[in-house]
Amino acid sequence: MAKKEKDVAVHGDKTRFQWTWHLMKQYKIGYLMIAPFMILFILMTVIPVVFGMFVSFTDYNLLQPPQWVGLDNYVNLFLNDDLFVTALKNTMIFAVTVGPGSYILSFVVAWFINELTPKVRAFVTLIFYAPSLCTGAYVVFGYIFSGDSYGLLNGWLLNWGIIDTPILFTSDANWIMPVCIFVALWMSLGTAFLSFIAGFQGLDRSQLEAGAVDGITNRWQELWYITLPSMKPQLLFGAIMSITGSFGFGAIVTTLCGGIPTDYVGYTLSHHLSEYGGTRWEFGYASAISMVLFFLMVGTNMLVQKLLSKVGKS
Amino acid sequence: MKKLRTRKHRVVLSRSAGGDFGVAIFMILLGILMFFPMYYLIIQSLKPLDELFYFPPRMWVSNPSFENFSDLFNLLNTSWVPFSRYLFNTVFITVCGTFGNLIFSSLCAYALSKLPFPGHRFVFQLIQKSLMIGSEVASLMVFVVISKMGLLDSYWAIIVPALATPLGLYLMKQFIDSNVSTEILESARLDGASEFRTFWSIAMPMVKPAWLTLIIYSFQGLWNTGQNLYVYSEELKTLNFTINQVLLEGVVRSGASAAATVVMMIVPIVVFVISQSKIIETMGSSGMKD
Repeated sequence: MAKKEKDVAVHGDKTRFQWTWHLMKQYKIGYLMIAPFMILFILMTVIPVVFGMFVSFTDYNLLQPPQWVGLDNYVNLFLNDDLFVTALKNTMIFAVTVGPGSYILSFVVAWFINELTPKVRAFVTLIFYAPSLCTGAYVVFGYIFSGDSYGLLNGWLLNWGIIDTPILFTSDANWIMPVCIFVALWMSLGTAFLSFIAGFQGLDRSQLEAGAVDGITNRWQELWYITLPSMKPQLLFGAIMSITGSFGFGAIVTTLCGGIPTDYVGYTLSHHLSEYGGTRWEFGYASAISMVLFFLMVGTNMLVQKLLSKVGKS
Repeated sequence: MKKLRTRKHRVVLSRSAGGDFGVAIFMILLGILMFFPMYYLIIQSLKPLDELFYFPPRMWVSNPSFENFSDLFNLLNTSWVPFSRYLFNTVFITVCGTFGNLIFSSLCAYALSKLPFPGHRFVFQLIQKSLMIGSEVASLMVFVVISKMGLLDSYWAIIVPALATPLGLYLMKQFIDSNVSTEILESARLDGASEFRTFWSIAMPMVKPAWLTLIIYSFQGLWNTGQNLYVYSEELKTLNFTINQVLLEGVVRSGASAAATVVMMIVPIVVFVISQSKIIETMGSSGMKD
């Protein structure tokens, strides 16, 4: 305590700059402690994003130094690259279905799980979380949606006489998107889901009781007037997890369709990115694609955070 | 007075019996939908060859056998790099990456949470904002950075990017914020403990749930390391990569590939079952204050 009083006294006759400098010296151990993480964070997250932003205005192939080309990459993306427009459209379709879908699903399931007794709850949580925990397990949909009669779904439909010829779920243009969205939703109960479960467990029971006394009669009213407002921090965090995950869509399509699908159905920005970055080594152009992805993610997140901050404020 | 509904002798508020019934039906149907693919995967891995190609496909297995698993291990042993090498690679990457991540993240989270040095708010804001960016955005330039650092085609190309994950740091910092009281740290400091000692002997034992959560996240990411741009020597490839090669060989390998997926699933599931309650505890403080 004596130390604190001394600090205040010292503060009195120092300028703001001197005071900051004093604090920096006093807590220099703090800088030492964050140093290992921050160096790696800067190397692996900050520099890649900032450098990527710069590279997106250049022509760069890693071997020669970047050549400044101004807005050319972006102009080409939006005006001359039909495939990019397809990829952008598909990414948006996946994002607006899988993003909110996984968010709502996570929330509703967590809400219902909360009604169970602890042992049952632990078991049910595992059932719902397992698909996202075992990242590779979705390959099982290869057997379920297989396009021949040994595929489970086709086998059933044929056997029951609903169809005469197997449906090519993973190569028919009409089916690829719905099938991939379904699989994505199946494995989307991830971090946000766990956060919601914890949020519900942390709810103050006395608040719910007070609500019941004040005339709340059903679960929907309780959800709207008490639960949602007090779970706002989890709602904000969960939204970021769901949104960010939904824009990176691509791996599911590649795995289920065994590569880039016919006629580029389900072709997304992440495919376009690895085509130009990984295969053609056109890093400038690929960086422009990743910047589009960057602005989509950040923009959507900001917007949704703004909307969610209104919860319980009307 | 209206009679209050009870569930296991506890009064339930604002819940109608009809609603409870509806919720139960919804959860059971959804639960079956979620669980069925997992079940089917395990069944496929136990089906002998003739049952795999039986029409109509069956949801159960008549003569369960482990021949798919033994096929898988025979296949893995025929590659010119021994199977044990792939296993070692995966374990080495996972252990180093997870351990490093844990140490770096806890040190940083502790300092950001408990040491009010100038700039600590800005640094945390920066990390929190970076949660909004998916790994796809940076991946390309991470490749450039890794190659400029001369780490390509080594274990480090996989380990180094996994050492500083914003999500892990975020969860750890939030957990320390709400579970480690500043007064206890203050009294340790007054007793003459150094800052590192306070961190290690006072704060860290209080954040074990967050440690477990970081372990499982880091573990999950690294354990599933598969094909990537960073490593091209066959003897540095991972288990997941090799197993995926089996999957690519098509229909004849159908059973073996189901077995492979089951093998890769077991470890994360076991880790999660053991640590579930601690993970949920950590998530309790995951909320974002605006």
